[in-house]
Amino acid sequence: MSILIYALIAIGVLAVIFGALLGYAQIRFKVESDPLVEQIDEVLPQTQCGQCGYPGCRPYAEAIANGDDINKCPPGGDATIKKLADMMGVEVKPLVGSEDNTQQEPIKKVAYIREDECIGCTKCIQACPVDAIVGAAKHMHTVIIDECTGCDLCVEPCPVDCIDMLPIETKPETWRWQMNSIPVKNL
Amino acid sequence: MESLIEKIKSGYLWDFPGGVHPPERKELSNYQTISHLALPEKLYVTVKQHIGQAAHLLVKVGDKVKAGQALSQVQGPMELPVHAPSSGEVVEIKSHPIAHASGLETETIVIQTDGLDNWIDKQPVANYLELSKVEIVDKLKAAGIAGLGGAAFPTYVKHNNSQPVDVLIINGVECEPYITADDRLMQEYAAEIICGIEIFTHLLKPKMVVIAIENNKPAAIAAMEQACEGKTQFIVRAIPTKYPAGGEKQLIQVITGKEVPSGGIPSDIGVVTQNVGTAYAAYKAIVHGEPLIERVVTVTGEQVSQPGNYWIKLGTPVEFILAQTGYQAAKPEHLIMGGPMMGFNIPNKQVPVSKITNCILAPSNQELPLPEDEQNCIRCGYCVDACPANLLPQQLYWHTKAKEHDKAQEYKLADCIECGACAYVCPSEIPLVQYYRIAKAEIKAERIEHEKAEKAKERFNARNERLEKEKQARLDKHKQAAEARKAAMEKDQGAKDKVAEALARVQAKKQQAASGDNSKADNSKSDTKSAAQAAIERAKARKAAQEAEKAQATNAEQTASAEQAEAPPAAENDAKAKAKAAIERAKARKAAKAAEKAQTADTEQTASAEQSEAAIPAENDAKAKAKAAIERAKARKAAQAAEKAQATDTEQTASAEQAEAVPAAENDAKAKAKAAIERAKARKAAQAAEKLAQESTEQTETSSQPANEQSDKDARIKAAIAKAKAKRKQLGEDQ
Repeated sequence: MSILIYALIAIGVLAVIFGALLGYAQIRFKVESDPLVEQIDEVLPQTQCGQCGYPGCRPYAEAIANGDDINKCPPGGDATIKKLADMMGVEVKPLVGSEDNTQQEPIKKVAYIREDECIGCTKCIQACPVDAIVGAAKHMHTVIIDECTGCDLCVEPCPVDCIDMLPIETKPETWRWQMNSIPVKNL
Repeated sequence: MESLIEKIKSGYLWDFPGGVHPPERKELSNYQTISHLALPEKLYVTVKQHIGQAAHLLVKVGDKVKAGQALSQVQGPMELPVHAPSSGEVVEIKSHPIAHASGLETETIVIQTDGLDNWIDKQPVANYLELSKVEIVDKLKAAGIAGLGGAAFPTYVKHNNSQPVDVLIINGVECEPYITADDRLMQEYAAEIICGIEIFTHLLKPKMVVIAIENNKPAAIAAMEQACEGKTQFIVRAIPTKYPAGGEKQLIQVITGKEVPSGGIPSDIGVVTQNVGTAYAAYKAIVHGEPLIERVVTVTGEQVSQPGNYWIKLGTPVEFILAQTGYQAAKPEHLIMGGPMMGFNIPNKQVPVSKITNCILAPSNQELPLPEDEQNCIRCGYCVDACPANLLPQQLYWHTKAKEHDKAQEYKLADCIECGACAYVCPSEIPLVQYYRIAKAEIKAERIEHEKAEKAKERFNARNERLEKEKQARLDKHKQAAEARKAAMEKDQGAKDKVAEALARVQAKKQQAASGDNSKADNSKSDTKSAAQAAIERAKARKAAQEAEKAQATNAEQTASAEQAEAPPAAENDAKAKAKAAIERAKARKAAKAAEKAQTADTEQTASAEQSEAAIPAENDAKAKAKAAIERAKARKAAQAAEKAQATDTEQTASAEQAEAVPAAENDAKAKAKAAIERAKARKAAQAAEKLAQESTEQTETSSQPANEQSDKDARIKAAIAKAKAKRKQLGEDQ
């Protein structure tokens, strides 16, 4: 009988010790948020365009972590979907809205304001998710091209339609090589 | 370290792995002395000719420039200026094809030469030893000296380094086939090159200087050895001929036996390398005060009848050089800038010579046949044996072809020097280097994109934070204001009384209105009756609406008919109401039309305003403006009214009811008068719109009259407002 009591006491003491240890570990090594969301957010292109139906990339990352489809990000294109599929362990799906036609790499665009037509209404400034438009009321606005994510969100609010989305120009520094080589042969 | 220098001095040479022995074909061009070509009519000076950022322009179109005059100015790190290669006039600053494999266009200064070749006042330094290191580095920077071996790395940057230098290696290897520019330069200008090297040693204070030359250039070796006589610090070292021994990292390995760490630079291991051409350019810049405006270029290949080395002004178009050297185009035409191993095809003969151009190669199709079809990799491993950087080209090939960039990076794609040795030995004719270049460019683009995404995220979060803060601040302010009001109220009893009074007034008014309704109800005998009548009224109004719609097609007569309909004194109330409803609807429709017209008129006006630049006389313009403004205001009002009228059918009926309920003859007259006024207004609006349209055409016609800036601005503002309105209207219609 006493053996049983000792055993119970021993197990009980161990349980208390481990319980305390686990409790402490939970506080000490607390994970701030779901690391998966962080990883998904890292993969998304951060245009904050809202084309996925969520107000920004992070909310969409959270939605994906909670089981939403991975094919709702047009600016990311195929590459992003592939990476997300790898990460989430799901099948690669074609981008929403482009199931029939062949997938194409999205063309990177940025916004340009036709400055002499701008009336200075500040509506595009309010719409820009990354504060890439500078200007003041009744003064001309302009886009900081380097900061523009090409999200399109400023085009709709413009009352005079003076914002153009133009593809980014290829410069020698950003040019991608093509397959044309120079052969060297022994005569 | 001492032992290493001893070992180098003793003549020991190391080796680098791999390497190939392509046919040299240097005899085509290395027998003629370096000569000058005629001055081209136009020089195309690319603003950015080096690795780094473009400097800031100093000249504008129409400026007269002299040879050696700076065309741009350095304002930041990794910038280099360019200079006018000859005297003349800047006739254009435009996008022009550049010496780059992409064939893309960038900013280029076009100089029309005057043939005089007048120089600016040169500032030669007789004894540079008196100058401080900073002064010499500044002079090198101002002279636009860049590495002339092929990469055009700004020379001053190499000398700004504070790390101690053990060995300065002067690169005269020139391992690439065909090219003999450095060979000839060393043969003819050995003393000048040595002087340039002495400037470098003055800056770097190395323990020793090794001038490395491939052993297939005995004449150059002899010339340099002769020039170095008596200088114990200088060693001329003949190294075995093997491609790519002239690569910076490979040469360092051959001379010192040390490898430049992955991702590092030579000065990390105490070595600096300079090309012989760069040494000559530095000598010219310091001792003669001449900036870098020309360089030796090898023009060679079987398609030119006078192959050789030429002093060519930077900015000379390739086409001009070829015309001077007896070029006959092969079919298909094939031109290469640089050597056959690392050069690139020239997509456009207008491309100018830049600081990187060491060779223009015009091979016949037998010399360098066009690439044959790429076959499958057979895993022969020749490329591994040939790679001078100890990489695994076949693995890199698999991964770059599959676009597995992370795996390619694991195989140290970044350490590939793109020498082309692997592609040269490949029996399957796989253009391996092209795959690596594409992958490198893509990795770079990906990295830039990722950085941009990070920045966008940061900005997005910062903005959200800011908005949240602003919202909080606004709430706090409102709260404070409310509290302040409350406090003030408590303090001041009088205010409370005032509010109470106001409330009482409102109450009284409400009661009054209610009693008025009651009296109306009395007039129509009973509530039920009035309700029935209201229903009838509504039906009638609807009928009237249908009629009005019918009348829409003939809208001019319609107004008239509406007037007629109203003209006979209404004996019955419902008839009046009907007429009124019809008129109102007609008016609304007309107004809508007027608005549409105004819209088209506006677009016309925008066009005319832009065209004429307010060539309209001021009075006329002002009038037109005023009219346009009035018209637009009315059109907007009318459009709103139209919407309201259409949307609130019931409301209208109610008003009809009211009109009916009031039997007084005065009321009737008033309503009529009002309707008439409104009609008049609508008509006026329509007329104004027409007139405006006419006037805008007139404005276009009178566009030859003198411009007026103020009115131009106004016109633009107006155009913008009109556009805004039109858009708003359109949106309303869409919804």
